[in-house]
Amino acid sequence: MGTPNSFFGYRRENGRVGVRNYVAILPVDDISNAACEAVASNIQGTMALPHAYGRLQFGEDLDLHFRTMIGTGSNPNVAACIVIGIEPGWTQRIVDGIAKTGKPVAGFSIEQNGDIATIAKASRQAKDFVHLTSGQQRELCDLSEIWVSAKCGESDTTTGLASCPAVGNLYDKLIPTGIYGVFGETSEITGAEHLCQARAATPEIGEKFLKTFQAYQDEVIEQFKTSDLSDSQPTKGNIEGGLTTIEEKAMGNLEKIGKQVSYIDVLGPAEAPTAGPGLYFMDSSSAAAECVTLMAAAGYVVHVFPTGQGNIVGNPIVPVVKLTGNPRTVRTMSEHIDVDVSGVIRREMTISDAGDALIEMVVATANGRLTAAEALGHKEFVMTKLYRSA
Amino acid sequence: MSIPHLLVHDKQDNVGVVVVEGLTAGTKMLCVVTEDNSDFTLRVNDDVPIGHKVALSDLKDGDTAIKYGQDIGRIVASVTKGSHVHTHNLKTKRW
Repeated sequence: MGTPNSFFGYRRENGRVGVRNYVAILPVDDISNAACEAVASNIQGTMALPHAYGRLQFGEDLDLHFRTMIGTGSNPNVAACIVIGIEPGWTQRIVDGIAKTGKPVAGFSIEQNGDIATIAKASRQAKDFVHLTSGQQRELCDLSEIWVSAKCGESDTTTGLASCPAVGNLYDKLIPTGIYGVFGETSEITGAEHLCQARAATPEIGEKFLKTFQAYQDEVIEQFKTSDLSDSQPTKGNIEGGLTTIEEKAMGNLEKIGKQVSYIDVLGPAEAPTAGPGLYFMDSSSAAAECVTLMAAAGYVVHVFPTGQGNIVGNPIVPVVKLTGNPRTVRTMSEHIDVDVSGVIRREMTISDAGDALIEMVVATANGRLTAAEALGHKEFVMTKLYRSA
Repeated sequence: MSIPHLLVHDKQDNVGVVVVEGLTAGTKMLCVVTEDNSDFTLRVNDDVPIGHKVALSDLKDGDTAIKYGQDIGRIVASVTKGSHVHTHNLKTKRW
């Protein structure tokens, strides 16, 4: 039985392929959320992306803010983008960053204009963008052109037995065809870092991973911990699902990279891959919405999300495909699950069968099928903040 | 093959995962090692929820719990073969 090898996507100006066709209204900062939401309310077919930050950030944290903003607007699932900020400087910096993709983008700033005039101007521009993009047609694309990110959530022991290995099987099958993949969750490699290091394509890349991993342990965990992190890592939900220690959770997490593929570079948070097709590790939070937001900002267009106890996360610009191997979660939270791989733990389904079912759902999603998270309106857009603002 | 009650990742593991709901103490479990599809039986001593672990041998304070063929933490209270393994008797070695 063969899995599909093509899909219908939106070809962008820079050659990348999107699977959605959004006109995004992107606030530079927290205080511009209201204007963005007003524009999205005025003009059908647009979507505001409100978030909590963007003021008085500095250094590496500010770099990450810009990278996430520019990356989000640049994602191929975004057909055109309106950027609204309180002042013109940082607004223009984000507009210029997104403009490098060649897609339609326009910026508006509120100081010396006020919300009402800004909303009026931005709404007219947004309406033009909707007319421009709403008639765009999907075209046949090779499946190798898809970028698929992966992160799991509310894991339990079935995650390591069924749903994470299904993602690993997808990567084992699709990475050799030329797709881009990514995994991350730096804290959730703890206990499996030696195994993760060994999966790097070269010793140098393995060293780069270990350095990134150790920096997180030293600068975040050791600096701020007040206990062994039980109830945070693993979470209460993980523990309810039978996971006891971070080491056990990490082993399951790492099942997502399959048995054969190696990762070819280590990315900073929200950093776009530049080493060509293949699998990447991204230094990222293990919190679902933060991690998916960072991977979307790096340019990934579909996310596969194994869950055990039933994490319900979605993302505004990237469809999040949920799979679970836990039959209780399938029964009690069916509306959140796109792919049921619980047959694996009953020994009725092989990991390869589960991988094929996931690939088929990824292709269906790329063709336009709404995921459970999309149908339920999950649009968690969460910026990662590295430290307090100035 | 019948549906297993317990799955074990690796032949070296000393804990396995309950994969059925409503497992009650005294059940003679069909256990399957996913690595090679070999199977064995084991009587479970406790009511153990789906997803939770069971000791495959007697484990004592200070032993290392092995799953995926890897170290997943330290046993901190003695566990008899067939008993529930979780936060009450297994702790991380990290953090």
